[in-house]
Amino acid sequence: MMIRKQDILCLAGAAVFACSPLVLDAYWTDVLNNIGLYAILALSLNIILGQCGLFQMGHAAFFAIGAYTSAILNTMFDIPLLWTMPLAGILAGIFGLIVARPIIHLRGDYLLIVTIGIVEIIRIALINDVGGLTGGANGIFGIDRPMLFGLKIKRPYQFFYLIWGFCAVTIFLFHRLENSRFGRALNYIKDDDVAAEGSGIDISKYKLIAFVIGAFWAGMVGTIFAGKMKIISPESFSFWESVLLFTIVILGGMGSIRGVLLGAFLIIGLPEVFRDFASARMLIFGAAMVAMMIFRTQGLLPPLPRKYDVSRFFSKAEGEQS
Amino acid sequence: MSLVELKNLTKTFGGLLAVNDVSFNVEEGSIVGLIGPNGAGKTTVFNLITGNYIPDTGEAVFNGKNVVGMQTHRIVNLGIARTFQTIRLFKSLNALENVLSGCHCRMKSGVFASMFRTRKQRAEEKHVLEKAMAELEFVGLKDQWDIQADSLSYGKQRLLEIARALATEPKFIILDEPAGGMNDQETQELIDIIKAIRDRGITVLLIEHDMSLVMKICEHLVVLEYGAVIAEGDPETIKNDPRVIEAYLGADDDLL
Repeated sequence: MMIRKQDILCLAGAAVFACSPLVLDAYWTDVLNNIGLYAILALSLNIILGQCGLFQMGHAAFFAIGAYTSAILNTMFDIPLLWTMPLAGILAGIFGLIVARPIIHLRGDYLLIVTIGIVEIIRIALINDVGGLTGGANGIFGIDRPMLFGLKIKRPYQFFYLIWGFCAVTIFLFHRLENSRFGRALNYIKDDDVAAEGSGIDISKYKLIAFVIGAFWAGMVGTIFAGKMKIISPESFSFWESVLLFTIVILGGMGSIRGVLLGAFLIIGLPEVFRDFASARMLIFGAAMVAMMIFRTQGLLPPLPRKYDVSRFFSKAEGEQS
Repeated sequence: MSLVELKNLTKTFGGLLAVNDVSFNVEEGSIVGLIGPNGAGKTTVFNLITGNYIPDTGEAVFNGKNVVGMQTHRIVNLGIARTFQTIRLFKSLNALENVLSGCHCRMKSGVFASMFRTRKQRAEEKHVLEKAMAELEFVGLKDQWDIQADSLSYGKQRLLEIARALATEPKFIILDEPAGGMNDQETQELIDIIKAIRDRGITVLLIEHDMSLVMKICEHLVVLEYGAVIAEGDPETIKNDPRVIEAYLGADDDLL
């Protein structure tokens, strides 16, 4: 396998980043943790919104279902938190499948409105204490800390490694997904769904799979979030969270993993950096967004073209020439 | 044997009768032309065969199977491929990836195989890369494999659409105005490519306004006017058919 210069730079950057809890205090480590959670959520949204071009602004709904699933299983049945992670993902995925099935043929703005509705339905259902399980507006408290290999994860730097470790796995798997038959199919649908269908791609099926993978991943992030906060309540899963995630993907670059990571750092990190400017920071933030949508519509770091090794198809021809 | 049999296809859009009781057969291994004045319903007939539209009545039988009501991607799976009149390439992707989209329906690897990059998945990727490059070479675009689709010239975009359609491994290919926007030299190359497609054992049905192309390569012609078939036969017969001449009146008679 080829090792490229870029890969080495990436690894070096990751290694430096991995050392950051050593120099940062608990507060800033926690900021990085938040960035990490949003980064993973935005990466999962990126499959739906960035890769497949489906305008989904209800991603917090899947996140909420994952978090509540873990919280309920942990507080009521004493199941260790991280064990609930697959189930949190699966339930969120099934929910994604059920809600997406009837709306999957909707285009652009119509889909956007329906997904906004879904996230509101979930939030209001949680406030109304559905089935006596969700604790109403107060939410659920007393959630256990996650245990990993017998180690209780409770300090910010411990969470840093849990969250960013999960983020690294996510990047690795999603990068592979992007460079596969599946990833290409999503891009074809985004570019021109009539041509995609006409080229033999079952577009409804692929849109649904994109939704389910996005929902599944968001659900798993919910588990980590529940363990980090110890208390979850409907407020954490408001429409605003969905908007933030949507913005991260659009700002960073639709369909670009590195773009989404940068977007998470900017959208979640910058307001912390500029906390001193208090209310003005939202104004600056808003103005920056407007400027970007005018001057750089493809996002800060748009996706790079996929790489294909086609040299073997040309070597013979070149040999004949020389 | 007829590969495709259209039986009494009718399609209305509101009050407009776009396709009126159209029936004709396409023999296996032939090149058939569907001609007629603008707005005669040619593209609508294509869309009825490929499942983009569902006819009000009638059947489209492919290889002994009625495809009416089937989803487009299933019809592609059965072996019917098409190109579009208004070019519909994946504009932001390069030529190779456009052709790879055609390979999609002949591939199997799913989400998990892709995430864990199984041996089978890697072998499949390698195989389709070969196939896609071969199709690019077939239409003469091999050297432009990494050019973004919308940066190619109009004529080359049409060829790329053909390569994409061929990558689905069709038995039957439908070309909607393949020479549209091409210069004389490109049209000449296109004629060779269409013949080569037929020589690969793929049956061709095409809509074309360039009569010199149609007369040169089609063995059988079907003429449509106001949604109905007004004449059918070999190019010589069609050329001299009074109804066809009348339909084209106003256009230059020399064209026919």
